Amino acid sequence: MYTSFYQLIDFHSFYDMYYKIFESLGLSSSASWMSYLAAGGSLSFLAINLLVLATAFYTWFERRTIARFQVRRGPNRNGPFGLGQPFADVIKLIMKEDTIPTEADKPVFTIAPIALLAPTLLIITVIPIDDASFLATLNIGILFIVGITSVNSIAIFMAGWGSRNKYAILGSMRGAAMLISYEIPMALGITSVLLISGSLAMTEIVAKQDIWFIVVMPMGFFVFMAAATAEMSRTPFDQIEAESELGSGYNTEFSGIKFAILFLAEFMAPIVTSAVVTTLFLGGSQGFDFLPGQAWFVLKMFVVIFILLWIRSTWPRLRIDQIMGFAWKILMELGFVNIFLIAIEVAVLMDPVTGLLTSQDLLIMAAINWVFTILTLVFLANLLGKRNYDRPDPVPSPLANMQPKGEK
Amino acid sequence: MLDEYFKQYGIIAIFAAIAVALPTALMLISWMLSMVKIRPNNPSEIKSSIYECGFETITERWNQFNFRYYSIALLFVLFDVEVVFLFPWAVSFGMMSVEFGAFVMIEMLIFVGILALGWIYAWKKGSLEWS
Repeated sequence: MYTSFYQLIDFHSFYDMYYKIFESLGLSSSASWMSYLAAGGSLSFLAINLLVLATAFYTWFERRTIARFQVRRGPNRNGPFGLGQPFADVIKLIMKEDTIPTEADKPVFTIAPIALLAPTLLIITVIPIDDASFLATLNIGILFIVGITSVNSIAIFMAGWGSRNKYAILGSMRGAAMLISYEIPMALGITSVLLISGSLAMTEIVAKQDIWFIVVMPMGFFVFMAAATAEMSRTPFDQIEAESELGSGYNTEFSGIKFAILFLAEFMAPIVTSAVVTTLFLGGSQGFDFLPGQAWFVLKMFVVIFILLWIRSTWPRLRIDQIMGFAWKILMELGFVNIFLIAIEVAVLMDPVTGLLTSQDLLIMAAINWVFTILTLVFLANLLGKRNYDRPDPVPSPLANMQPKGEK
Repeated sequence: MLDEYFKQYGIIAIFAAIAVALPTALMLISWMLSMVKIRPNNPSEIKSSIYECGFETITERWNQFNFRYYSIALLFVLFDVEVVFLFPWAVSFGMMSVEFGAFVMIEMLIFVGILALGWIYAWKKGSLEWS
């Protein structure tokens, strides 16, 4: 029953359906490419709308969950459990006046939200939700993702530069520097996956995960996850829109529907990132037989989303020098050491004739890598945590009545 | 029929077109709502001036920025190109190791080592510091 439903929402079934329709209309000469366009278009439209709807509910979920973390209730007035809240927000934002500053660079200012949303949406095309991709099965899927995520830094810079506001440009400057810095550790984390998978196709990476890669290389997962959290530019890394310092950062001048699109992209990022993490490290649609593969995929995505929310609601905002130092000094070292450790393990353990790894080899690698990861993290925590800061004791201000009574 | 390989990219192109069309359509809807006076549109001189902490804008808008951003961007270009070279190496590592043995590993160690020297130099020079 599940498979039949899935086959219904599939490129080839759409293609066949449109082909029959165009043939019955007497267009059999051009039916092939017309049905190709129609099938691709309707499937893309469906996928985009699903993703936007999922993002709407995700904003509700995020607000409710963070409220619980902060011992509040969160939005609970519109509809059951406040589920109508995202729709109320959208209607409010569409109805708001869309002001454009007179001195802004209008074309850049207008294109920036589109340039931020489109790449975020495009990532979902190559994610294999089941054995095959939902839309397109590229043989360079992960390279496509790495390429398409780089566009985000340009879009954020466009938003800041176009609005001609000094807070916006400060935020987007920081954002561009942060996003490009974290692209390197993210790519290093992906490289460690590629060493074992031996293919850039997302479906191949999932197929190679007899043992999930989070078990085989926890350090690669740590590096990738830290970098991906920064790429989303959410709270521990939200220097782009540090409210207490920069007004509202790169989106200071945006209002109305443009603001809504910017935030749609921003809230879509965790969903898309968790899909990528699930594919790369959590075995994609693998799971036990009592649920279909898509259900396992969504379940794993949900766990990753919750962990990202947990990180967001627990950590305070880091300073920009801490963020850049973490990327360039720690994550890059860890990434390179991890890559060469895994390369040596692969070279030693693989079959000398075929160059393939069995699941037993993967388990041996997992044991070595876990010991390495725990030792490294303990070492780093001691190195960074026990640094002696020269902090003088606070001197009470003479204006403040801080002395206990009777002591004069 | 089109070639299967290019067909996949064709779907991505269609998806990209719709992904661009969706936010554009939203903006157009918002603009049309302002045309039929459902959404307000009363720009004034004060309202469409640039935000600056509640008082009138005083500074140059496209103000100067720190030189450090340039050095970070230069370092990024260097290491991103390195990563581009790492990708094909990693994908074919198992296959090539069968044929060439430990040479595959040593070659990449030398390549990364040269760049790591530059990275240590940049660190010592203080390009990675932010204060």
